[in-house]
Amino acid sequence: MKELMLGNKAVARGLYEAGVAVASSYPGTPSTETTEEAAKFEEIYCEWAPNEKVAMETAFGASRAGKRSYCAMKHVGLNVAADPLFTMSYTGVNAGMVILVADDPGMHSSQNEQDSRHYAIAAKMPMLEPADSQEAKDFVIEAYDISEQFDTPVLIKMCTRVAHSQSVVETGERAEIPVKPYVKDAAKYVMVPANAKRRHPIVEERTRKLVAFAEESHLNRVEEGSDTSMGIITSSTSYQYVKEVFGDKYPVLKIGLINPLPEKKIKDFAAKVDKLVVVEELDPIIETHCKTLGLEVTGKDIFPLIDEFSQGLIATKLGLPEKPACKPIEGLPGRPPAMCAGCPHRGMFYVLSKLKLTVMGDIGCYTLGATPPLCAIDTTECMGASISSLHGFNKALGADAEKKTVAVIGDSTFMHSGMTGLANIAYNQTNSTVIILDNSITGMTGHQQNPTTGFNLRGDPAGKIDLEALVRAMGINRVRVVDPYNLAEAEAAVKEELAAEEPSVIISRRPCALLKKVKRGEPIQVNPDKCKSCKACMKLGCPAISFKDGHAHVDTTQCFGCKVCSELCKFGAFETLAGEAITW
Amino acid sequence: MVTSIMIVGVGGQGSLLASKLLGRAAMDKGYDVKVSEVHGMSQRGGSVVTYVKFGDKVNSPIIDKGEADYIISFELLEAARYVQFLKPGGQIVTNSQQIDPMPVIAGTAEYPSELIEKMEAAGAKVDAIDALTIAEQAGSSKATNIVLMGVFSKYISEISKEEWIKAVEASVPAKFLDLNMKAFEMGLAAE
Repeated sequence: MKELMLGNKAVARGLYEAGVAVASSYPGTPSTETTEEAAKFEEIYCEWAPNEKVAMETAFGASRAGKRSYCAMKHVGLNVAADPLFTMSYTGVNAGMVILVADDPGMHSSQNEQDSRHYAIAAKMPMLEPADSQEAKDFVIEAYDISEQFDTPVLIKMCTRVAHSQSVVETGERAEIPVKPYVKDAAKYVMVPANAKRRHPIVEERTRKLVAFAEESHLNRVEEGSDTSMGIITSSTSYQYVKEVFGDKYPVLKIGLINPLPEKKIKDFAAKVDKLVVVEELDPIIETHCKTLGLEVTGKDIFPLIDEFSQGLIATKLGLPEKPACKPIEGLPGRPPAMCAGCPHRGMFYVLSKLKLTVMGDIGCYTLGATPPLCAIDTTECMGASISSLHGFNKALGADAEKKTVAVIGDSTFMHSGMTGLANIAYNQTNSTVIILDNSITGMTGHQQNPTTGFNLRGDPAGKIDLEALVRAMGINRVRVVDPYNLAEAEAAVKEELAAEEPSVIISRRPCALLKKVKRGEPIQVNPDKCKSCKACMKLGCPAISFKDGHAHVDTTQCFGCKVCSELCKFGAFETLAGEAITW
Repeated sequence: MVTSIMIVGVGGQGSLLASKLLGRAAMDKGYDVKVSEVHGMSQRGGSVVTYVKFGDKVNSPIIDKGEADYIISFELLEAARYVQFLKPGGQIVTNSQQIDPMPVIAGTAEYPSELIEKMEAAGAKVDAIDALTIAEQAGSSKATNIVLMGVFSKYISEISKEEWIKAVEASVPAKFLDLNMKAFEMGLAAE
């Protein structure tokens, strides 16, 4: 059957057809849908793990038990899971195991633009790189065969334009894979130095065999061209751009197995063309390999190291003219993403901004608290860094900083890697104030459950971690819960906890306004006769409030009815649509 | 021959459903199809772009400057933002609704005036329609995306009305089918 499928859905289809039994992932754009779509197959157990390291180890446990397993993460998630990655390369697998990593060139939804192919090289693990949805499905199935044939986990590298593009996929049947019995084997699975020393040569030998495989495999294919004045080596979405520009004009070596790369196949290809060009996004991985083979190659001398590519970029860099186009209209205001109307984070950020605090931020929707007009966040690096770096900041500057600095972190991010930072605060003692922005969901990636929500990936009831009890058990005595819609309560709590002479945690709790279970309030409006045009309500940066004809104005189609704006109005200008005063 | 269509708007306006519908209609017609979407951070009320391409063989899933045959826009300013992606003389089908972006809300910029004239001066043909009001008449402002697809369907001679309707049926949840069918028909009939 043919179906138009998102790359990530095609991956899930591949998992189904490959007979995969267990999937454990942590959500991260653009990888999230692979696991969500896999969960639609009853045959695959799927879960959200608290973080990528746990997910990878869970998948590894399932592989060791004898069933094909899977885990997925975005590029920065692989940093978190790098520890098991490198040693699993030594132990190898029992049943097949695939690790999907999704890069985000152009940083549509990421904090950096790292190239995950480096991990495959560093961990000495095979990596496949599909270029469309059909390949995404096919390569997943192929990856399990490679995993079992070569006794190694296999990486699949996606990028935004493969993960989040739909193309036509021919589907197949599910293969029933018998369980491979687990056999105790300390020399393979217990990586103490003596055993690891014996495994490392096996890894190097495996790479030699994989290079031989790469020479022959159809994963790396030559497409002939009519003009051999130039030959192009490329992979992933860059391959599609190259074909878009040149069609079948120049010969193309399309790389599907990006690690290890073939040697003879590349040399033979280079020998047939006058000029060798490598087209790859981000870092020069294929190009560097070509250079170590002694080949003269054009690559990053003309193509950028930054941002994603396009067919237009490749065409112009290789000397073709720009296409005629409509003229751009200059001077248009931008439209940056913003916190939604009714977002529970807004009230807390208003308080932090008003108190002029230094705010260590973290990864999630609430990173948008850094944008104008609130500008409430000072820093954002990686999952969990808000809490740990707050501790370091306060250690460096002492009481002066402790009274003026807080960390903000979401519920899911706290479970991911905030707890260890809090353990450091409880253990090494700074009078730090940590605010957990508990919106009862993993928001930015599109509403995934987590260990604090009480539901599993499929939405069924699951274990629920009590944040207050957890934080207390970690040695934090001052724990309080506030409603961020109540600005006075939130402000009082922040002031009191900053003044306290011990560490404290404020849980700012209200579910994400976009959750289906959250009931929308009645929209409110501004009475222009009462509005004094002071713009106090505009400081919230609510997308439903604008300033029109000299007064604040509420867009009632967008208004969520949270009424936070009405708390800021000294003149009682906000009222119900019936013209009555706002009540709580 | 590949037909290239950009669907642009403000995060949360329903561009993913519109692209699903278009992709579906083109695939059922036997074309090779690629649709490229943006998820995550960019969806939070920011400017969003979806690319839909169909033809005998589609390689790149994205559309570059000067390549789009059509732009379907859910918001007026967003139509103007991407006009340079249009081929000279390309067609814009846009909702005339205006949604203030944060710089306008925050008072650091003004919502630009005379956008339709500016787009025409840039070399585009513009079909602007109040799809929000039509959707409300059909029963829900949420069907604005389907109204616009109804308007747009008139420009794609390769796909018949019956084929569009089949795609709508396959793309929307059953309980909203009547609403969406009505919205599509009203978009199609709109002048």
